[in-house]
Amino acid sequence: MNIMFVLIPVALFMAALGLGAFFWSLRAGQYEDLDGAAHRILITDDEDTPV
Amino acid sequence: MATLTLAESGCPSGLAPAEDRDARRADPAAFVRRDAGGRDTLELLIQGAKCAACIRKIESGLLALPGVSDARLNLSTARLRVAWSPGAVAPAAITDALARMGYGASAFDPAAAARQVDEEGRKLLRYLAVAGFAAMNIMMFSVPVWSGDGEMGEGTRTLLHWISALIAIPAALYAAQPFFRSAGTALRARRANMDVPISLAVFLTLGISIAETLQQGEHAYFDGITMLLFFLLIGRYLDHRLREQARTAARDLLALQSVTASRIGADGRVVAIGAGDIMVGDRLILASGDRAPVDGVVEQGVSDLDRSMLTGETLPQSVRAGDVIHAGVINLSQRLIIRATARAQDSSVAELARLIEAGEQGRARFVRLAEKAAALYVPVVHSLALATFVGWMFGPALLRLAGLDVADVGLRVALMNAVAVLIITCPCALGLAVPAVQVVATGRLFKRGVLVKSGDALERLAQVDVAVFDKTGTLTLGKPRLVSAVAPDVLRTAASLARVSRHPLSRALVEAAGPGVATADAREIPGEGIEAGGMRIGRRTFAAPQCADANDGAAELWFASGDAPPVRFAFTDALRADAAQTIAALRQRGIAVELISGDRPVAVEAAAREAGIEHWVASASPSDKTARLAALRAAGKKVLMVGDGLNDAAALAAAHASASPGTALEASQAASDLVLQGAALMPLVEAIDVAKMARARALENLRFSALYNVIAAPLAAAGLLTPLIAALAMSGSSLVVTLNALRLQLGWGRS
Repeated sequence: MNIMFVLIPVALFMAALGLGAFFWSLRAGQYEDLDGAAHRILITDDEDTPV
Repeated sequence: MATLTLAESGCPSGLAPAEDRDARRADPAAFVRRDAGGRDTLELLIQGAKCAACIRKIESGLLALPGVSDARLNLSTARLRVAWSPGAVAPAAITDALARMGYGASAFDPAAAARQVDEEGRKLLRYLAVAGFAAMNIMMFSVPVWSGDGEMGEGTRTLLHWISALIAIPAALYAAQPFFRSAGTALRARRANMDVPISLAVFLTLGISIAETLQQGEHAYFDGITMLLFFLLIGRYLDHRLREQARTAARDLLALQSVTASRIGADGRVVAIGAGDIMVGDRLILASGDRAPVDGVVEQGVSDLDRSMLTGETLPQSVRAGDVIHAGVINLSQRLIIRATARAQDSSVAELARLIEAGEQGRARFVRLAEKAAALYVPVVHSLALATFVGWMFGPALLRLAGLDVADVGLRVALMNAVAVLIITCPCALGLAVPAVQVVATGRLFKRGVLVKSGDALERLAQVDVAVFDKTGTLTLGKPRLVSAVAPDVLRTAASLARVSRHPLSRALVEAAGPGVATADAREIPGEGIEAGGMRIGRRTFAAPQCADANDGAAELWFASGDAPPVRFAFTDALRADAAQTIAALRQRGIAVELISGDRPVAVEAAAREAGIEHWVASASPSDKTARLAALRAAGKKVLMVGDGLNDAAALAAAHASASPGTALEASQAASDLVLQGAALMPLVEAIDVAKMARARALENLRFSALYNVIAAPLAAAGLLTPLIAALAMSGSSLVVTLNALRLQLGWGRS
């Protein structure tokens, strides 16, 4: 059962990482324009042809 | 459509119609701001952008302008932010470029629409994230406790409870803040709302679970309380987003209203200023196509005014120096110089705004479905919890008095069972029942071009049993259309004269004639007509004084060319294509229809007959309209008002529910619950159908929540509840309610 003392902190740490990432995306304004983001992936930039 | 080119007008995918190029365009110079990097920036509200190709077209089109360094369109809010190096490009060139691409663009006053990031929404999302994090992680410890029943040692269980407590206590105290605050406000006002039992449940559950853990007990509700908060916060966030949408829509409309004006300074130079900055005595230029921002007197110039927004009247009125004009009228033909006699906030438009406000106060009495449910729910739950406590505490003693052999269960069990009642009846499903339905319903209507400005608008719309329509611009397109049969060559010649004029009748004539060239030497005489080389077109007294007045009430133009007999062009304000169909559909749904218009009786009667409306009133003033609504309300009717003009705004605000077409004046859109984008009226019928369905779903959800409580509460009161049952019941009921709301979306594809 000692493995619990390793796994519990690992699980909590990973979950906290996810929470942190969510807070960051919230602050970075990633939820400001959800419709736009959905459409922007369809735009192909003709000028930027890959080298 | 095979290729997409930037030259095409409007949305390349055809999702949105191109905006009218001649639509009112104010000089945005007054709204330019200097940003921290020394660049000039401008925020514009874009109309008609719907898809990826629109984003690309607008952004690349603007970046191609010299000096423009940044252009970014937010498709969700339809706001475009443009930045350029100072002086490189004129602000008006930006809106002109957008108009050429086929999009409407209006600068807005940053003061009126301060770019507020939705702070409250962000906070709620943060609470939601914390509650979700806590719920998931505590569940990780709860599942072993439940499944290890009997096998798990007491020490391990208590350890897991302690870890849960360490997560749950700070998370719950943090994430429950919106409920604490709201409950505190309610209690201070000596009222009880839904948040009072929620806050009480949070505190009692945490307390009792800590006590259990300290005593190495079996049942701790740390998972239950965090999950409860998670579900409640979802409901809270959805509700907030609906309100925020409505607020943003209202704010955008207000911002659009702050039009600019061109003031002639003392040195003769013309400056663009915001309408709010106009002082009494300012001399303003009112170009052809401009809307008067304030009340004033004409100083110079002769022109025709479109007053349909103010009075509903379709015939233009001619003005000359010395005539009084009211804010909101549109100048049709020649440039006018006017002297302001009132500031914007004192103008006749502002007077109407006060009428609107008065009407809205009347509507505030409406009690939302969720509030009604809460009012029933709170006392019941509290009494039940109290009864459980008292029953377990003193019940055994009473039973002993009756001669039965029952042992006392003690304070701990009594308290535990009372808290179990509070937890299990906590309004998870109830909190989600109404907002989930409204979010789905407004989303569905939004895709159909109906902007619903608030959640309770749908509730009110579902109850409507009388619809009152305005005529000009609502039932009709608000634009004259040629109805007389005329020889094509005569029409062509007449149109070549009419092309020099912006008068609505001239434009209708040109539209009927199709493309062609304008007569080079044609000269417009404001208020009379157009003249060129022996040909005249215009009013009867100007072009054909020898002819008799037709006297049929229709708008008309007379055309005389040399010695040929003069030709009369008659116009009507055409009904919207689906007007009659809409009226019939409303009838079919048991909704009575009336027509109230400020226009002349002849015109109103014709429109009513064509649309199939029996009850009509003509020459109605704004107060006549509100009086009619008041009479209907007194008769116990729930009235839906549909209108577009300023003369309708007060009635729109006073009606039980209201709608206006997208072409309506901003004040009217602000006063109504629904805004119909596009030229069709049928979406209004769909909105009523969806509102009725949404009401049915919301009621179903509320009934389901009640049923769930009827089953679960006695279980909890009997002391049979375990944390496992609580967790299953809560998540299960929330899921059912949400899925039921989503059914609104499902049935749509087939219809």
